[in-house]
Amino acid sequence: MPDGARHLYVHLPFCASRCGYCDFVTVVGHADRHGAYVDALLGELELERHLLAPELESVYLGGGTPTLTAADQLERLLAALPPAREVTVEANPETVTPSLAALLSRNGVDRVSIGAQTFNTALLAVLDRRARPDDVRHAVHRLADAGIDNRSLDLIYGIPGQTPADLVRDLDEAVALEPEHISAYELEAKPGTRFTHAHGAELLRQADRLESYIEQVVERLTAAGYRWYETANFCRLPDRAGGRDLRARHNLGYWLGHDYLGLGVGAVSTIENRRWRNAPSLHRYLAAHAGGRRPERELELLSTGERATERVMLGLRLDEPLALAGLGDVVDSEALDRLAAGGLAVHRAGAVTLTPRGRLLGGGVTARLLA
Amino acid sequence: MDQSHIRNFSIIAHIDHGKSTLADRILQLTDTVSAREMRDQMLDSMELERERGITIKAQAVRVHWKGHELNLIDTPGHVDFTYEVSRSLQACEGALLVVDAAQGIEAQTLANAYLAIENNLEIVPVVNKIDLPQADPDGAAAEVADLIGDDAANVLRISAKTGQGVDAVLDAIVERIPAPAGEFDAPPRALIFDSSYDQYRGVVAFVRVVDGVFRPREHLRAMALGTRFEAQEIGYMSPAMRPVQELQAGEVGYVITGLKDVSELRVGDTLTAEKRAAAAPLPGYKDVKPMVFAGLFPTESDDYPELRDALEKLKLNDAALFYEPETSQALGFGFRCGFLGLLHMEIVRERLEREFDLDLIVTAPNVAYRVKPLNEEWVEVHTPADLPDSFDEVEEPYIKASIIVPKEFVGQVMELCNDRRGSFDHLEYLSEQRVHLTYELPLAEIVLDYYDQLKSRTRGYASFDYDLAGFRPGNLARVDILVGGEPVDALSLILHRDFAYERGKALVEKLRQEIPRQMFDVAIQAAVGARIIARETVKARRKDVLAKCYGGDITRKRKLLEKQKAGKKRMKQVGGVEVPQEAFLAVLNLNDVAKR
Repeated sequence: MPDGARHLYVHLPFCASRCGYCDFVTVVGHADRHGAYVDALLGELELERHLLAPELESVYLGGGTPTLTAADQLERLLAALPPAREVTVEANPETVTPSLAALLSRNGVDRVSIGAQTFNTALLAVLDRRARPDDVRHAVHRLADAGIDNRSLDLIYGIPGQTPADLVRDLDEAVALEPEHISAYELEAKPGTRFTHAHGAELLRQADRLESYIEQVVERLTAAGYRWYETANFCRLPDRAGGRDLRARHNLGYWLGHDYLGLGVGAVSTIENRRWRNAPSLHRYLAAHAGGRRPERELELLSTGERATERVMLGLRLDEPLALAGLGDVVDSEALDRLAAGGLAVHRAGAVTLTPRGRLLGGGVTARLLA
Repeated sequence: MDQSHIRNFSIIAHIDHGKSTLADRILQLTDTVSAREMRDQMLDSMELERERGITIKAQAVRVHWKGHELNLIDTPGHVDFTYEVSRSLQACEGALLVVDAAQGIEAQTLANAYLAIENNLEIVPVVNKIDLPQADPDGAAAEVADLIGDDAANVLRISAKTGQGVDAVLDAIVERIPAPAGEFDAPPRALIFDSSYDQYRGVVAFVRVVDGVFRPREHLRAMALGTRFEAQEIGYMSPAMRPVQELQAGEVGYVITGLKDVSELRVGDTLTAEKRAAAAPLPGYKDVKPMVFAGLFPTESDDYPELRDALEKLKLNDAALFYEPETSQALGFGFRCGFLGLLHMEIVRERLEREFDLDLIVTAPNVAYRVKPLNEEWVEVHTPADLPDSFDEVEEPYIKASIIVPKEFVGQVMELCNDRRGSFDHLEYLSEQRVHLTYELPLAEIVLDYYDQLKSRTRGYASFDYDLAGFRPGNLARVDILVGGEPVDALSLILHRDFAYERGKALVEKLRQEIPRQMFDVAIQAAVGARIIARETVKARRKDVLAKCYGGDITRKRKLLEKQKAGKKRMKQVGGVEVPQEAFLAVLNLNDVAKR
C-alpha cells in the first residue's frame, strides 16, 4: 500500500510464568526492564513512523502478557501510540483488575482479547494457566463496566485429558458470557518440547478427536448466533451487536494481505514486498536502542508469486469470496473446477469461496488450489 | 601338445561340497600357482561370489601333470545355472563328481550328474572332506557309485583341504578320462563355451578347439552369426591369461576378438578361420528361456538412465539376463527383467545395487504364462497386467522338484508341496536316513518363498533342485487391484482361482493401511474381471485446517505449503487419489524382505 501501513502491532513479551504449550516470544521476570523496553518501543516507533499511514485502521498490543506490564509504563505506551479505529490489547484474565480496565479504557483501548483457554480447572492446570474460571468471568464484566464493549475470548481445544463433553461445556460457558468475539484454536504442541514430552500419548489421543472438535465448535457457536468469519475466529452477528461489524480489524488486515508494521522483540512487519522480523532477544533489542541503532532484523524479500500465494492461503481462511483477478497463475484452475465439482468450493463471478466442508478441509484445499 | 596328452574336465558338485577347494589344490599340486600366490578359491573372480561361496562365471585353467595337459573348466554350482554348467560340460570329455563325505548325495549332485551323463562325459567319482570327524566315506562312496552305476572301489576318497588323495585324482583324470578326438588337420573349428567383456580388450571368447589350429592375427568367423573379426590374441589361462602362437585341436583357451558389442558373438556358436572355413558348425546350445520375471524400477525416477546403462553393462557378461522397458503407472519407468531363476534374480539385483550404486524397487516376481486369447493364437505373457480378461485357455510353467531330506521331515515337505498345488511323483530312499522326493509343482508357487519355507520346515536339512517341466493348463485368473475405481497395473496378480479371494483381500487390507486419508472416501477393491472380490474404504478426512495464522506466522505457513506442494508432486495420482510411493512399495517391494 503506497499510502502507508494502516496496521500497527506492538509486542510486550513479559509474562509471570511460561505456559507449557506456548511458542510466542516471551520473557519471565525482568520487571525492572519494563521502562527501558517501552523506551525502546517508542524509539523504534519514531524510526519507522514514516512507514505508517496518516490514519490507522488498527493497533494491537500482543505478547507475552501485555497487561502484566507495569501500569505506568503501559499507560505511557498507550498514550504515545497513534490513534486507530480499533485498539486491541491482549490480557490474561487474572490481570484484569478494575483499575487496569479503567486504565485501558481511558487510553483509547476499545477491544480486549482475554486468554480464557478453558473453563475447566483441571485442564487449566494442564496448560499451566494461572487464572481460574471465575477470573475470566470477572474480567469480562469489569471490562464492560469500564466501557470496553468489544471483548474477545480465546479458547483452546484438544487439551490432554479433555473430553468432547468438556469442550461442549467450555463453549457453553463462553457463549454464556456473551463476548463480542471468540477465537477457538486447536492446541499446537511442538514436538520435542517439555509439554509434548509430558503429554505425548494423550496428545495423540486428542489428535484423533480434533476432527469432531472443530465441527462441534463451528456448530455450537454458529447456533448461538456467531459468524464463523475466519477458520478460528467467530464474532457476534450485527443484529446482536448493535449493527457493528465485530470482526477483528487488525487480524483481518493480515488475512486480506494489508501492510503492517510490528514493533518490539520478535515482531514481524510486512510493507509491500519486504518482510522483516525483529530478533527475539530482549537484551539485544534494548542494547540496539541504547546504542542509537535500529533493532536487529532478518529481512525477507517477497516475490510477486509469493505475495499472491499468501493472498490465496490467507484469503481462503475467510468466509468472503476471494477475487482471482490479480493473482496471476498461482491458482490451478483445473484444481478449482475439481474442488467445485466436489462441493468444497464455489467459483462465481471471478471469485472463489470455500463451502463449510471445504473450510474444514482448508489446508488440503489450499494446497490443491495452488498451482 | 598332441591330443593324446590332453584331458579336458570339469568339477561338478553340490554347493559347498568342496569343488572350489579341490580346484585350488589342483592348481597348487601342479605348480600352476605357487603357495604364496594362492588365494583361497582363486578361480572365483568376483567379490560377490567369494561372499556367497559360489562361482558365477565359468572359467578355464590349464595345468600340467605328468606330461599331460589338463584343462580344468570351472562350473557354477547352483540350480539356476544349469545352463552355464551345461555350456562348460560340452567342452569336456570328463567330469569329477565330488560329494561331501559327511553330507552324501544332494539335490545338485543328482542334477549335475545327470547333466554329465547327458553330455556323455566320463565321470570320475570323488568323495571329499574325509578329514572331518562326521565323515562317512564308505556310505557316501556307496551312494555315488550307485548313482552312476560304478563300483564303490573306484570312488576316490580325498580331503581337498589337506590335499590328501588329490594326486590320485590327477592320476585318475589322466587314466580314466578320454583324450579329445578331434582332427588336427581338418579346417579349424572351435566351440565358444563362454564369453566375457573387457572394457579395454572387447569381447573375449572362451573356446574349446575341436578341430584344426587357431593362430593369432588370423581372420576368423562365427559361423551361425556370421560375425567376422581378426583374432587379436589367443592363449590359455593358468589362471592369468598367457598368449600363445597356436591353439590346437583338443585344447581350451581364449580368443581376444576386439569386438565391442557382445551381441556379435554368441555362446554356442562355432568359430572357424576365413581362409580355411569349416563346412559345418559344431552342435551348439539351445537359447535359454527366462522363467522368473520381476519389475525393476529406480526409486528415484531420475535414475532411470543409470539403471538402463547398468542393465546393458550387466548383460555383456550375463547372456541369460533378459530385460525390456516397462512403464508402471504406480512406479514410473523401469524394466521387466527375466531371470533363469530366483538366485539369478538375487545376484543381478545385488550387482545392480552394489556395483552400480542403484537404489531399486523390485516388484514381486512372477512367471511367464501362455495364454490363448479368444479366437487368437497362443502368446506368452510376462506381466500379470497383460493377461487378457477373457481367454480360451491359459497355461503356467511347471517344474519337477527334486528334494533330498532326512526321513523325519518327509511329512513336512509333503505338506508344503501339497499347499503349493504340488502333485506327488516319486519317493526313494538314498540310504536308511535320507529320502529323495520328487514333486511336480507350478513354478509360480515356488518363486516367492518356497525355498525359505522348505529350509525352515526341515531345519535347514533339505536340499532342493528343479527342472522345468513344460507348461500345463491352470485354473488361473488375473486379480486386479483398483484404487478409486481405477486398476493399478503394478499390483495385478495372476492367481489360481482358489486363492484369489484370500490374496486379494490381504492386498486390499494392506493398501488400506498405507493410503493416507484424502478429502473424500477412497474405495480399494480387488477384482477378477468385472467381479469385485474384496473391498475396503479409506474414510475421508473431515478436518485439515491450517492452524492459526497471524502476522508472524505467514512466512512459515507459506513455506510449509510450498513443501507440501513439492511433496504432493511425488505422489502418484490414481483415480483422483493421491497415493504416496511408500504405499506401493509396502505392497510390492521385495527389497526390504530380501535384505532381512
